Amino acid sequence: MRVAGGLVDRSKAVSFTFDGRRHAGFAGDTLASALLANGVRLMGRSFKYHRPRGVLTAGSEEPNALVTLRSGARAAPNTRATVAELYEGLEARSQNRMGSLRFDLMAGADLMAPLLGAGFYYKTFMWPAAFWEKLYEPMIRQAAGLGRLSGAADPDVYDKGFLHCDVLVIGAGPAGLAAALAAGRAGARVILADEDFRLGGRLNAETLEVDGGAGADWAAGAVAELEALPNVRVMARTTVYGAYDHGVYGALERVTDHLADGGGKARQVLWRVYSKRAVLAAGALERPIAFPDNDRPGVMLAGAVRAYANRWGVAAGKRVAVFTNNDDGWRAAADLAAKGVGIAAIVDSRDIAPLAAPAGVPVVMGGRVVGTRGRLGLKAIRLAGGAEIAADCLAVSGGWSPSVHLTCHQRGRPKWREEIAAFVPEGAPAGMTVAGAAGGALTLTGALREGLAAGAKAAAELGFTGAPGAAPKAEDEACGVSAFWHVAEGAGRAWLDFQNDVTVKDVKQAHAEGFRSVEHMKRYTTLGMATDQGKTANIPALAVMAEISGKTIAETGTTIFRPPYTPVPIAAFAGRARGRGFRPTRLTPSHDWAVEQGAVFVEAGQWLRAQWFPRPGETTWRESVDREVLAVRSGVGVCDVSTLGKIDVQGRDAAEFLNRVYANGFATLAVGRVRYGLMLREDGMVMDDGTAARLAEDHFVVTTTTANAGPVMRHVEFCRQCLWPSLDVQLISVTDQWAQYAVAGPHSRALLEKLVEADISDAAFPFMACADVTVAGVPGRLFRISFSGELAYEVAVPARYGHAMIRAVMAAGEEFGVTPYGTEALSVMRIEKGHPVAAELNGTTTARDLGFGRMVSEKKDSIGAVMSRREGLTREDGFALVGLKPVDRSQGLNAGAHFLEKGAEATMANDLGWMTSVAHSPSLGHSIGLGFVRRGAGRIGDVVRAYDPVRGRDVEVEISSPHFIDPEGERLRG
Amino acid sequence: MIIDHPLLGPRDAAEFTVLGDASLIDRPDPAAEDAEARFYDYVYLRDNPAGPHRELWWHEQGDRSWLVVTRDTLTHEVLKVELARDVARERGR
Repeated sequence: MRVAGGLVDRSKAVSFTFDGRRHAGFAGDTLASALLANGVRLMGRSFKYHRPRGVLTAGSEEPNALVTLRSGARAAPNTRATVAELYEGLEARSQNRMGSLRFDLMAGADLMAPLLGAGFYYKTFMWPAAFWEKLYEPMIRQAAGLGRLSGAADPDVYDKGFLHCDVLVIGAGPAGLAAALAAGRAGARVILADEDFRLGGRLNAETLEVDGGAGADWAAGAVAELEALPNVRVMARTTVYGAYDHGVYGALERVTDHLADGGGKARQVLWRVYSKRAVLAAGALERPIAFPDNDRPGVMLAGAVRAYANRWGVAAGKRVAVFTNNDDGWRAAADLAAKGVGIAAIVDSRDIAPLAAPAGVPVVMGGRVVGTRGRLGLKAIRLAGGAEIAADCLAVSGGWSPSVHLTCHQRGRPKWREEIAAFVPEGAPAGMTVAGAAGGALTLTGALREGLAAGAKAAAELGFTGAPGAAPKAEDEACGVSAFWHVAEGAGRAWLDFQNDVTVKDVKQAHAEGFRSVEHMKRYTTLGMATDQGKTANIPALAVMAEISGKTIAETGTTIFRPPYTPVPIAAFAGRARGRGFRPTRLTPSHDWAVEQGAVFVEAGQWLRAQWFPRPGETTWRESVDREVLAVRSGVGVCDVSTLGKIDVQGRDAAEFLNRVYANGFATLAVGRVRYGLMLREDGMVMDDGTAARLAEDHFVVTTTTANAGPVMRHVEFCRQCLWPSLDVQLISVTDQWAQYAVAGPHSRALLEKLVEADISDAAFPFMACADVTVAGVPGRLFRISFSGELAYEVAVPARYGHAMIRAVMAAGEEFGVTPYGTEALSVMRIEKGHPVAAELNGTTTARDLGFGRMVSEKKDSIGAVMSRREGLTREDGFALVGLKPVDRSQGLNAGAHFLEKGAEATMANDLGWMTSVAHSPSLGHSIGLGFVRRGAGRIGDVVRAYDPVRGRDVEVEISSPHFIDPEGERLRG
Repeated sequence: MIIDHPLLGPRDAAEFTVLGDASLIDRPDPAAEDAEARFYDYVYLRDNPAGPHRELWWHEQGDRSWLVVTRDTLTHEVLKVELARDVARERGR
């Protein structure tokens, strides 16, 4: 019901729907205020018992009025109606009901309540055990819960951003505005953030005056002044949800959530705010009093009732009763009476009336509400002594709890202050000052004074000397309070946590069953574990626990408050890191060429690499790969190897440096030569392998495997800076700077002779040679190295020429039938040659296992050398890399199979090793594999079983040399 | 977390990767009589103090400096930041 006044724009009507029914509100309304204005009190069903619920609060702490906003893929479940800003056409639906909200078919759950108390799922539904997963749990999940996700991909964009400031002011109530004014006037860079869409905090919800005018007007003036200051950024609709190390704060800005159409802008932005100082002016949250059936729609917090009347011009009821333990409750009666709303009674738990009641209003001192009536909405309250008072709204105030949450995110533990019956901050994060109600200064003058002082102090500490201005003048309202948490008498349940349906009885039960620490009580009853994190429930609940256990509240303590302060959508944390943005892929310089060739791509490390190049008529990948392998072995092929990591190593001590990071020696490598290098970890296991080419006395270029490019760079920089800082050597990653192509096959020399302006005959440029060359008119590098086992080269050019280079190679190779090949053919050929890759270099294998034991030089120290000689790594019965062939050559092999002696039982004790890599060798016409076998070197020719229970395979295999093709390496030296 | 890089000033910890205990700088003498035992300690044994701890951080998304960051593991307070190569040199490496 609308009453006079308020800060809504009555010239702008806004129409919206709730559960399909059309209503009208005004610009400036929230969904909650507009529903109340339309006489809608029932807004949701409770989580567990499906109790009818209405709005309790007027802010982000709301436990009851959760709705699903919008529809389809944009549906936002569990949105608090109290913070949903009204826009034209807004669609809202109630949640957790079966049938209509008024006649929820699940309401029977409430009758089951005696069975569903705290910890019920630990005790009931135990038998039969098999029923839990199949019947009980799905049934409970169906019955209990909040809103449901749409299941569709979110079509909106979410962004992330970074902000820097001198002073971050959190909260734009009287304290926050005063702090921002003081710091901003002094000249500091200020960010003022508030979760609300209208700044001013309680100034907009109260009738208190500042500087002789309405508080809301003063707030609007302050905001206007701040917005005019170039060094101040005012951020409405922005929740600072977490305090992190070193002045870093997380904030969520809801950019277009309040608009019918976001206009293509990001819906929300997740900000990381770097601040030198912070002023926490988060205000305080009013808490309810627990009494029987205190959860009926129409039972609300007194401050919320006042806020709806003063800010939104809405009376939450026609006949409002007040139940309070503090002076603040009395102001609700006064403010509502001033708007012409009928006041049924003021019931105060204290003995002496602190203020005068509005004329004609009955006052019950020492009174307690012991029950309520009205199934879908409050009709009457019952007092101790039996009197019943008709009322459709009960404004309850149990006092105010400072919003200490952000002070606790860095181990701060709040301290109990008896005189205000509240916890106040203790041990706030470094750089943070708490001002106003958040720190326990619960009056308006206190908030303005502390805010101004905190803002001025923060600016002054940072060296800003401008005048902060005078403190605004305000009246000091009465704020006496006497702790009163719950009404013991009366039948019916007294609710503490409305969102998770936890009652006083549940807390008593937790205590009786030994869950007495607040952290245990919380987890056993689930109190404070719903989406509102118990903002209105925690303090009353621990007060009840303190009472039961005979301790003080200070001794009982609070549970730990953790970020986020209010829920942050996963989408905001994800930002643009979704879909392709989740794991961006790197493309080589000639990627477009490979696309033109119709390549099938595979992710290799961070890269997309051509896996094979299908040709018309080829129906399986094997046909393409076999063709590519045979083309290389009999003619010539070209493969993009740009993704291999490349590190440029320069300096007088470059050779000595490589000598120390590689297990094998590099000091003697001649200029113009390449050497295979094996890199160990310090624990003696193989880390990576690659080649090092010596281009000059003091200049090497080193390659790493694609996936290990990053870790190897980190490792060699660690060696250079932390272990041998006195060596004269510099390292830089040049992976992105060079495009590199393998040209392999018997015709590779003939092909390259057409492009390279140098003598590359075998005599002039033998196996393992390297040189700076001009290739296709471009300065490049040529390496005579071979992964395929054929006569082969790798040609490198600066990345910008990569695209031209591959075309030049293809054109020059046309007469030889040059064939592009991908990573699959590369893999087949390396298995045919027994070269280890990631499947073999898996972090648990040693150089000895790989057959490279002799490469670990005994003549010098290198990383991993000492540990590689450990007894356990040099055992006689250690593993050795071998080749495997199926005895029945028509059979395929599986990587991952384990080896067993023929006839041996499949047990761990009988395990001989495992298969690491398999391929079909088109050259040999059958499957081949690589694997590790105990004492493998001495078992060539033996037949064992390759046992693979996962895939149901058991194949006899013959152990062979891992070098299936050209074991003497004659081809690559040709 | 913010790390005050000796060359570049305050930088967000997200730009770094952490390796752990700065004792990794003290690689044992491979020629020592008991080299294997010393390497065993060096590779596998770490202190895990509650309080000030010297750690190696690598400015991977920055200038690739290795830093020795003295950090209180209880409060995350960064007490000191040094270039690892300066620390290594001081330790005679």
